[in-house]
Amino acid sequence: MTQLRHGRHPQTRSSILPPRPDRKTWVSSGIAALFTTLLPCAARAQDQLPISHGLSYLTAFGPKNYSVVTLLYAVIIISLVVMTIVGVLVLFGSLLRGARPVDGNIASVPIERSGSGLLFIYIGAAVSFVVLLAVAVWNYVVLAAIAAPPANAAATIHVTGHQWWWEVQYESSEPSRTFTTANEIHIPVGKPVKVELSTADVIHSFWVPALSGKMDTIPGQHNVTWLQADKPGVYRGQCTEYCGQQHAHMGLLVIADPPDRFDAWWQNELEGPDQVHVNVPAADAREGQTVFMRHCAACHAVRGTMAMGKVGPDLSHLMERRSLAAGAVPNTVGALSGWISDPQRIKPGNYMPTLTLSAAELSKLRDFLRTLR
Amino acid sequence: MTTASYEGLPERYTRIPEIGLRDTPSLRERLQRMWETPPGIRGWLTTVDHKEIGLRYLVTAFVFLFAGGIEALIMRIQLAGPEQRLLTPEQYDQLFTMHGATMIIWYAFPVLSGFSNYLWPLIFGSRDMAFPRLNAFSYWVFLASGIFLYSSFAVAAAPNAGWFNYVPYASKQFNPGINIDFYCLANIFMGISTTAGAVNFIVTTLRTRCPGMSVNRWPIIAWGTLTSNAAAILAMPVVSLAFFLLWLDRTFGTHFYAPASGNLSGHPLLWQHLFWMWGHPWVYMIVLPAQGIVSDAIATFCRRPLVGYTAVVLSTVATMMLGFGVWVHHMFATGLPIMSLSFFSAATIIISIPSGVQVFAWIATIWTGRPVFVTAFLYIAGFIFLFVVGGVSGFMTGVVPVDWQLTDTYFVVAHIHYVLIGINFFGVMAGLYYWFPKFTGRMLDETLGQINFWLTFIGFNVGFFTMHITGLLGMPRRVYTYPQGLGFEIPNLITTIGAFILAAGILVFVYNVIVSLRRGAIAGPNPWDAPTLEWAVPSPPPPYNFAVIPSVASRHPLWERRLREGDGESVLDRGPVLDHHHEALGVTAMDGEPDVILKMPSDSYAPFLMTLCISAFFAGLLVHWWWLAGAAVGIGIIVGIIWLWPRVEEGGERAIA
Repeated sequence: MTQLRHGRHPQTRSSILPPRPDRKTWVSSGIAALFTTLLPCAARAQDQLPISHGLSYLTAFGPKNYSVVTLLYAVIIISLVVMTIVGVLVLFGSLLRGARPVDGNIASVPIERSGSGLLFIYIGAAVSFVVLLAVAVWNYVVLAAIAAPPANAAATIHVTGHQWWWEVQYESSEPSRTFTTANEIHIPVGKPVKVELSTADVIHSFWVPALSGKMDTIPGQHNVTWLQADKPGVYRGQCTEYCGQQHAHMGLLVIADPPDRFDAWWQNELEGPDQVHVNVPAADAREGQTVFMRHCAACHAVRGTMAMGKVGPDLSHLMERRSLAAGAVPNTVGALSGWISDPQRIKPGNYMPTLTLSAAELSKLRDFLRTLR
Repeated sequence: MTTASYEGLPERYTRIPEIGLRDTPSLRERLQRMWETPPGIRGWLTTVDHKEIGLRYLVTAFVFLFAGGIEALIMRIQLAGPEQRLLTPEQYDQLFTMHGATMIIWYAFPVLSGFSNYLWPLIFGSRDMAFPRLNAFSYWVFLASGIFLYSSFAVAAAPNAGWFNYVPYASKQFNPGINIDFYCLANIFMGISTTAGAVNFIVTTLRTRCPGMSVNRWPIIAWGTLTSNAAAILAMPVVSLAFFLLWLDRTFGTHFYAPASGNLSGHPLLWQHLFWMWGHPWVYMIVLPAQGIVSDAIATFCRRPLVGYTAVVLSTVATMMLGFGVWVHHMFATGLPIMSLSFFSAATIIISIPSGVQVFAWIATIWTGRPVFVTAFLYIAGFIFLFVVGGVSGFMTGVVPVDWQLTDTYFVVAHIHYVLIGINFFGVMAGLYYWFPKFTGRMLDETLGQINFWLTFIGFNVGFFTMHITGLLGMPRRVYTYPQGLGFEIPNLITTIGAFILAAGILVFVYNVIVSLRRGAIAGPNPWDAPTLEWAVPSPPPPYNFAVIPSVASRHPLWERRLREGDGESVLDRGPVLDHHHEALGVTAMDGEPDVILKMPSDSYAPFLMTLCISAFFAGLLVHWWWLAGAAVGIGIIVGIIWLWPRVEEGGERAIA
């Protein structure tokens, strides 16, 4: 698997095969357009990112998926051809051979053994066998190529599934450069990233359709998968193993940045809250931090503060994220207030308690959260 | 026939049955008195007539079909648009769990048992199932376990972890309510019914047939049912054990499915292995008998014998055997070693071949026959097409890298519905239009039948073909709602519309049944001019089925003269008169040579009472009233003794050959 093979110069493909990764299909572009309107902050945070990708996997955007999507189209076509042949045989056979019983009396159609008909079975079975064998071999070739993560991974990320959000730890040989975030994964464009999977509770499944197939997170077991995006963009992911009431709202985003941006992002993640670039009065933010420490810090962590809770998502740099509550709502000021004041309305059954905050406290808390950039 | 010598046996055990004529009124009258079930509540609770039990199976399975269907429609309303709040997540979770469990376990298999129960002794030229009381028992347990499961709604605690019930979500820690206890126990409960039924079908098939009914002459439905019930004997212990271990984990804190910690070494994946070791064979178990229905009915409606009888039989058995080797394809994304995935992938791809053989046999039968366009044939033709759609989508999910994308999306939801509705329900409908005249003596209305077919066929394809596309767009399964803007809105709306059209089609069927029961044309013994033995008796058949035991010389006793086939001639109008109490003929397993006169048991309260004991036992386990469970076991033993107490008139067997 080299860059050359899958970068700007994909292998020669016949016209029936899926579109090249750099050509948008109407599906992906339509979904992308709708998706960007959903996430108003996406434009603000990373305005030059060209596309957001939904959950469709009909177009591949990374080397783990190119050969899979080609194989997917091949088996779809084989399936459609088989369906058509059988449909036509049943329909035309019935119409051509159909009998008209006299007075609707079926017994008026004579019983005859006309021809053995075994040729249908011989030919059908032989053709099926050849096609199936070919697909099986193709299957193994693709499987062998994509299963193991490349040895030269640019980063190793540890993703832990929780009911119902994703904990993301970036690992490094230097302990001071490791950090934890949630629900959004940044990766450098064009480089493979190894993803180690585990779970804090029940089985979940990690899926970023445009980049990679699924891998479950299973208690007591460490599964590994990998991601690589060849184009900058926002790739949507989703938990796909039923895990309880809010399985529907267990999304994640993978953001592929150019390597220099990725490095800058990593550096920023290591730092604490940033009040310089935010239009929030410092006093309000400080009071908000007090509210945070009293009501939120038992579960949530913010680097550079005394908040070190591990139960809920890490909120350092919350404002850098595009959505809240694992993709349930966009990260806007209004949605943030709504989420804090009544989490059960947005994600019924989730484990975030409903806090009794006064309007003033809520406002201050929000001011503090807005400094988390 | 000669009498073998059995020294020391009482006189009543040794006799050569006299040979009589079928149309002897005095004989018929005597048999009628002997075999008929008394009317009223007593007869209702005690009957062991396989025809009565078969119809009960069919009706009860359809009640579960309606229950599961209503659950589905409620979910479809919720999913008709994005971000709808008709149902809470918890309600949605209970509905989709109950929908899956109901359709797969309490509808799909029992409905086929209904056909088999009704038809077995008739197609085999026999008087009753091998174990009539066990037969009544398996029905009562089926009913009681379904009521047990549905009573969970009454306490607002229906199972909510999916019909597949994965741990650890189904464990006490994450699911502390009584919901999953209901599900564990209901499945073990239902397993008793399935196992008892399977034993009965196997022994009946091998033992109680008419002379000449050798293995190469069985109708295909016999092969489908025998194969699937033999599989049930192997598969049911696995799932019953799996649920029992889960119940132990939940109730007593054992660690079978808990992740390893300290010196305790359970594993959550153990559940998935055990569940799918049963679950995938089960898929074949609920389609093979339906394929058998189609294989038999297609011959009648194409006016020729099925093409490739032997190939179809062998492929039925081969499908089932391979079906035990594909379960890991439900677990491709669990991180198992690639080598292991490869084996199961190969098995999953290869299993297409025996399935394909059957499809080509049906197509060949159409092309070399003269199909008659009645509703039953429409359902058969629809079945073949849907079988292939469900088959190819199954083949697609067998390709591992592709499955890593497809699995747990709506694509798989589409696939499973093409299998269960396409290959089970459409086959069942074909069977109902085919055999309804036999069951009731009246024909189903053809005009309503055509409306019924087209509504179900169009509604089903509109709704469920679209689900493939929803899945390819990436919509995950088992979500109570979905966000706007991912392209899911339109396909979901179309699916909801299709589901309601399908439901309307099923309502037309119900209407057709009600109307035809009263006003349908009188069927006569053989309205379709069909070839097999069940069409040689009146419609509906008398309680004793055959006044004299027929003997057959070919695969198509009622067609053999026209086809000039067979080994001599089948004799239907004269044969052994078995009229000393309830008697049936036992034959050798392979060749169908007469072997013994079996003394069959008569009506009894014991199966019903035993079911009550088992119900009390499971209720006790559910609410931890151990005294109740203990008392139920004690009373159950007494009922068992009454059930099995030897009676002179039912007491034995004697050779006639």
